[in-house]
Amino acid sequence: MKLLKTLMTGAALVVGLGGMAQAEDKTKVGFVYVGPVGDFGWSYEHNEGRKAVEEAFGDKVETMFVESVPEGADSERVMTQMALDGADLIFTTSFGYMDPTINVAKKFPNVKFEHATGYKQADNVSTYSARFYEGRSVIGHIAGHMTKSNTIGYIASFPIPEVIRGINAAYIAAKKVNPDVKLKIVWAYTWFDPAKEADAATALIEQGADIIMQHTDSPAAMTIAEEKGMYAFGQASDMKQFGPTARLSSIIDDWAPYYIARTQAVMDGTWESTSTWDGIKEGMVGIGDFSNDIPADVQASATALKEALISGATHSFTGPVNKQDGSSWLASGETADDGTLAGMNFYVEGIEGEVPN
Amino acid sequence: MIRLEPRTDPSQTMIILTPILAVLATMVVGGILFVTLGKNPFEAIRMIFWDPLFGEHAFYYRGQILVKAAPLIMIALGLSFGFRAGIWNIGAEGQFIMGAVMGGATGLALYPLDSFIVFPLMVVMGALGGFLWAMIPAFLKIRFNANEILVSLMLVYVAFNFLIGMVTGPLRNPDGFNFPESRSFQDFPAAHNPELWAGTGIHLGVLTTLGFVILAYIMITRHIFGFNVRLAGQAPRAAKFAGVSPNKMIAICLGLSGALAGMAGLFEVTGPAGKLTTTFPLGYGFTAIIVAFLGRLHPIGILLAGLLMAVTYVGGDIIQSQLSLPKASIQVFQGMLLFFLLAVDVLVNFRLRISKRISK
Repeated sequence: MKLLKTLMTGAALVVGLGGMAQAEDKTKVGFVYVGPVGDFGWSYEHNEGRKAVEEAFGDKVETMFVESVPEGADSERVMTQMALDGADLIFTTSFGYMDPTINVAKKFPNVKFEHATGYKQADNVSTYSARFYEGRSVIGHIAGHMTKSNTIGYIASFPIPEVIRGINAAYIAAKKVNPDVKLKIVWAYTWFDPAKEADAATALIEQGADIIMQHTDSPAAMTIAEEKGMYAFGQASDMKQFGPTARLSSIIDDWAPYYIARTQAVMDGTWESTSTWDGIKEGMVGIGDFSNDIPADVQASATALKEALISGATHSFTGPVNKQDGSSWLASGETADDGTLAGMNFYVEGIEGEVPN
Repeated sequence: MIRLEPRTDPSQTMIILTPILAVLATMVVGGILFVTLGKNPFEAIRMIFWDPLFGEHAFYYRGQILVKAAPLIMIALGLSFGFRAGIWNIGAEGQFIMGAVMGGATGLALYPLDSFIVFPLMVVMGALGGFLWAMIPAFLKIRFNANEILVSLMLVYVAFNFLIGMVTGPLRNPDGFNFPESRSFQDFPAAHNPELWAGTGIHLGVLTTLGFVILAYIMITRHIFGFNVRLAGQAPRAAKFAGVSPNKMIAICLGLSGALAGMAGLFEVTGPAGKLTTTFPLGYGFTAIIVAFLGRLHPIGILLAGLLMAVTYVGGDIIQSQLSLPKASIQVFQGMLLFFLLAVDVLVNFRLRISKRISK
């Protein structure tokens, strides 16, 4: 009995000391994911960013993550748990974590929080997102050239500005190179539900779409496109393995540079609350390799568009652009300001249907 | 050839011990699962079951266990009456959603009225929402003898789509950039269900749940209704002769479970979830079915089972972040719990007979 007690005390000491040593040396970074890291889309890419942080800092950093965390009370608990376990920096990677992040941040003023895609900040809460719409312009351009039925299918998630912006950007770019192009939109009301996404893709193809774009996280639509001999674009990650012939290109989220920079800032003590909205130029949005099915001249013009977006020579939303109801939005040569883009709740002229209300 | 033969007199001790054996079997097989994932099984099991209750940060987790357990227990209590009487409400999730929507909408309609009456009214409307939703399968069962399992289950999907319609339409936060969610109840004090004591996690829903546990205990052990419910389940014909109307039983059992699920939904959405969103239903209504059976359909058993499930949720998130385990492995672990419960249950009530002869 005595022996057992001694052993246990010894073990407790070792565990205790181990914990302390860690707390002193390492910067702890937590990641909260809304989907499984195996979604091969949104959460997968955030997790790739986490791995890049580990690779960049080696022993100086320790990361932890929890996947498939529901937005709401559970996310608040997971963030609190990470903070209690000594996290110095926590990335919360879904819009629905906004209020929970703010709530937990209030309780842990010394822990830094980074919330993806939200709009609420605090002294210890930064926000960050990517200008995915720039990527939409490039793939919209390709789709406009490649569609034979002049119908592009679009799987949308929720009618929020982020998604509507993507729809508009893709449509404007496609229409520019193909005046007859039509966009068919299906609202899936989910970010990640492979079965629903597959159904949506099938429905769009049945309605005549021969190219599928998506604003949902799983590669389900890509596999359907592959099956039915249609085209699609990788979303969030490259998704090539799910549609070797179907995939034309992809919009890739690359969070690694940002995550590394922010972790470095915490280590250096220079972290400040900021609001970041980076695009292709900064490397947060990447365009995947072009499929060989895309003719050389289209590849060249798509690359040129990408370069122009990087240099600032062009903007995804450059006038003249009318709103759906025909009223003027952007005058000739005028570009949209970030404020309007952030709150976008209307379709541009030519898109059929209504923004669900 | 293995046959199952009913035991004439199953051991009462074993029936009570079943959940404990199931938990132990889950620990052993779950431990093996963690070993195959390259983790220390003792550490993993300790993190799931011990750390949330007695670990370094237990002061925080204990409250969170109550937050997770309260809706499970409240719903399971309601379901247990029907399950005893052989009335299978599988759609508590839908009633949970409808209660939250109806109660939540009541509050939102009164925004920004600052009156003490707002919240009690919302609770009543929440219960009513769940009750009415459960009356659909009850009516169809009584009038057309439609299977309440199928009807109540299918209505979950109707409720979910109704929720989407509401939060993208009439209940959407007018200041929320078109995001599919309602106003935050946190910003509407009269409709908020806050933590009553900071850090404890305890909100009105937790206290109400405890009250219902006691009430249900009295009902099932002391009240004629509890007796009738048991009679209807065990001897339907005898119940009929005793004057228990089967139709009345269907209406009462479905209505009661619907009202409790609806009320749980209201407490959840005004408190821990904070607002009506498309993601606030987490499957409590389905998990509560497991809780009800794990707790042997007995109020005290349900209380313990709900707490146990909550511990595995909180502990599951702890081992995820501490040991980098995939969520799926924790879900498998939780699934084992129900599997072993059913398996042990079968062995307590039946005897395995192994015979060489293959019967024709």
